[in-house]
Amino acid sequence: MAVMTVLEAVRQAMLEEMRRDSRVFVMGEDIGARGGVFLATDGFLQEFGEQRVIDTPLAESSIAGIAIGAAVNGMRPIAEIEFADFVWPAMNQIVGEASRIRYGTNGNKFAPLVVRMPYGGGVRGGLYHSQTIDVVFAHQPGLIVIAPCTPYDAKGLLKAAIRADDPVVFLEHKRTYRLVRGEVPEEEYILPIGKADIKRAGSDMTVVSYGLMVHYCLEAARKLSDEGVEAEVVDLRTLAPVDRETFLESVRRTSKAMVVYEDNRTYGIGAEIAATIAQDAFHDLDAPVVRLAGPDVPAMAFAPPFEAEFMLSPEKIAAAMRDLAAY
Amino acid sequence: MGYKLKLPHVGESVTEAVIGKWLKKTGDRVEKFDPIVEVVTDKVSMEFPAPEAGTLTKVLVDEGATVPMGTVIAEMELDDPSLAPPEEEEQAGGPPPEEPVDRVGRMVSGANVGPTGGVFADTTARRPAERPAAAAPPQARPGEPNLSERYSPVVVRLAAQQGIDLRTIKGTGLGGRITKQDVLAAAEKSRQGVAPETIQRAAEAAPARVQAAPGQPATETPAAAPADRLVEPSPVRKLIAARMVRSWNEIPHAWTVMEADVSGMVACRDTNKAEFQRQNGVDLTYVAFTLRAIARALRANELVNSTWDSGKIRIRGRVNIGVAVAAPQGLMVPVVHDADRLSISGAARALAPLVDRARNGRLTQDDVRDSTFTLNNTGALGSVWGKAIIAHPQAAILNTEAIVKRAVVLSGPGGDAIAIRPIMNLSLSFDHRVIDGAEAAAFLQDVKRGIESYAVDTGLDA
Repeated sequence: MAVMTVLEAVRQAMLEEMRRDSRVFVMGEDIGARGGVFLATDGFLQEFGEQRVIDTPLAESSIAGIAIGAAVNGMRPIAEIEFADFVWPAMNQIVGEASRIRYGTNGNKFAPLVVRMPYGGGVRGGLYHSQTIDVVFAHQPGLIVIAPCTPYDAKGLLKAAIRADDPVVFLEHKRTYRLVRGEVPEEEYILPIGKADIKRAGSDMTVVSYGLMVHYCLEAARKLSDEGVEAEVVDLRTLAPVDRETFLESVRRTSKAMVVYEDNRTYGIGAEIAATIAQDAFHDLDAPVVRLAGPDVPAMAFAPPFEAEFMLSPEKIAAAMRDLAAY
Repeated sequence: MGYKLKLPHVGESVTEAVIGKWLKKTGDRVEKFDPIVEVVTDKVSMEFPAPEAGTLTKVLVDEGATVPMGTVIAEMELDDPSLAPPEEEEQAGGPPPEEPVDRVGRMVSGANVGPTGGVFADTTARRPAERPAAAAPPQARPGEPNLSERYSPVVVRLAAQQGIDLRTIKGTGLGGRITKQDVLAAAEKSRQGVAPETIQRAAEAAPARVQAAPGQPATETPAAAPADRLVEPSPVRKLIAARMVRSWNEIPHAWTVMEADVSGMVACRDTNKAEFQRQNGVDLTYVAFTLRAIARALRANELVNSTWDSGKIRIRGRVNIGVAVAAPQGLMVPVVHDADRLSISGAARALAPLVDRARNGRLTQDDVRDSTFTLNNTGALGSVWGKAIIAHPQAAILNTEAIVKRAVVLSGPGGDAIAIRPIMNLSLSFDHRVIDGAEAAAFLQDVKRGIESYAVDTGLDA
């Protein structure tokens, strides 16, 4: 089986879908001649030409708006927001419009677009290249929000996103792009949207996470395993619609739960997961549900010590796991 | 010796890189972070920065050359050699062994590519210094809250399910907290034959709550707090306390519950209630119906109508059913003697004066004598499920619980259907020395059948 990076998996998913379906096209800043700032669309312009590989102006609102228009009219656009940090001008298009098209037309129209967004910190990106913006989209019904963390999941889920009939916000953690290598089958496969994945089995606690943090959790879990504590790591993979059953089933077994996310702590994904556990697995809980997340400060700073303070690390996660295990 | 500039491992599948243009020459002065050379990897072109200020002393690789990652490409003389970044550890015997990779994937060390290209030293994964693992047992940590009597939801639930008295367990969690694992371990221990000891300890613990038994360790009695007050129990209360403790200490209780469809019983009572009252001057109560069914079941299952008597089982010749009555002064149990000889109307007529005397505190010695079995009509209090303590020295006690309308599945020739039926739970506590679950269930089945056999046209004098 081929071993590749998350970035290569993303690239392959788009390449295969564009070869399969002529309605699929990519658009975004620097994606054509430059091949994308991360080279996710490297070589696409040569293979598919300017009609299907569209370099856009620096105007996120119009990138999203054009993609919505194309999608409603039968195309399958993949719009790239160069960095998730730049998506704010496109909020009205994605949250205000795309999410409501099927609902607002009584199901007569739908918008099968994918908005890809490299997101996340720990890459020395400073205020404008480190943001985690997931929760804003996950809160909006009508949007599918996917955040894979392995090459296998990234490829299978991006293909599913392209084929989905509703707008998908597809989040790719920048740090995982080249950091994470994994096996990807040669043959074609599609993964189900809305299905979480248990990345590591364990009996002593359930750690729910997604994105880069899954890998940090896995490393922390390996560390804790040496100390006799077995943590189960649940990768949400899809943030909306979220797969409650998988983590609830896990918590019912382990009786302890921790949610780990890179975003600011308050009003985050962790609140939703923790509340669901408190409500639906109350009688199985043996400890308070723990949220481990970034601090409530406006941004991740560029200075390395500040960035390190903001970002979670396998060590920080292992320390929190240790405390939960001892409770 | 010069500081070696090594091509960084940028991870992924890249094993080699092309050296681009040298931006500094041998002998050039370089400041910290000055770009020294262009390196092209994985189609990303990066500028390789000087780690510290100094002088470039040696260029070892020509422009355009392809070299493996980790190769030393240049040497520098640092202004302050103590600032030299730690060199990547050299693995003995060539390149580091490939870690196994699966679908979950692996993080590759050193793959620190910035948002727009360029590498950086990853500090996020290293700091802050890890707290050492707590070596001492959890409850020994100073400044911890005492959580030994704070029970989590799962602990409460499991303890109830497994019949574990939490006061008999020592917690191993934070602040002496009893964890789920502690409860499971205790349950496992009791399954492995430590049961008698656990039950004994539970029995010992029980009196502590009623503040009665002598010889209890002082720690089991809650410490007096200012808002507390001590009340002298009534003589009846003291007697009940003593009897409960005796029963709980001596009799290994076991429990079983069945549910009875009481549609027929309800219909029969509703049809006859007014006329019965007019003719007899007493209520036609549900207890009269259940009493009759129980009495006949006791006749058919005589082991339930017995007593554990110094290692022998004494089967009682008469069926005398004590009926628990909640009276103002406490629990009273007048006895319906030879209940197996009574019809429904007979039971109703026998019960009425007994209940009346019990409520008014006028029971006679004869009214409470020679009970062989106890009926506890907890349904009158709204209870739907209970585990009664056996009235020592009897072998069993039956709770007839509240009649509740429930949706039930009925099976008929036309298939299954859902109907609304009045259901009554029958909860039996029995002395496990005398009978096992099988006998208890057989008896309860007979009671259930008896109750379910009532119909709107059942004769009250039957």
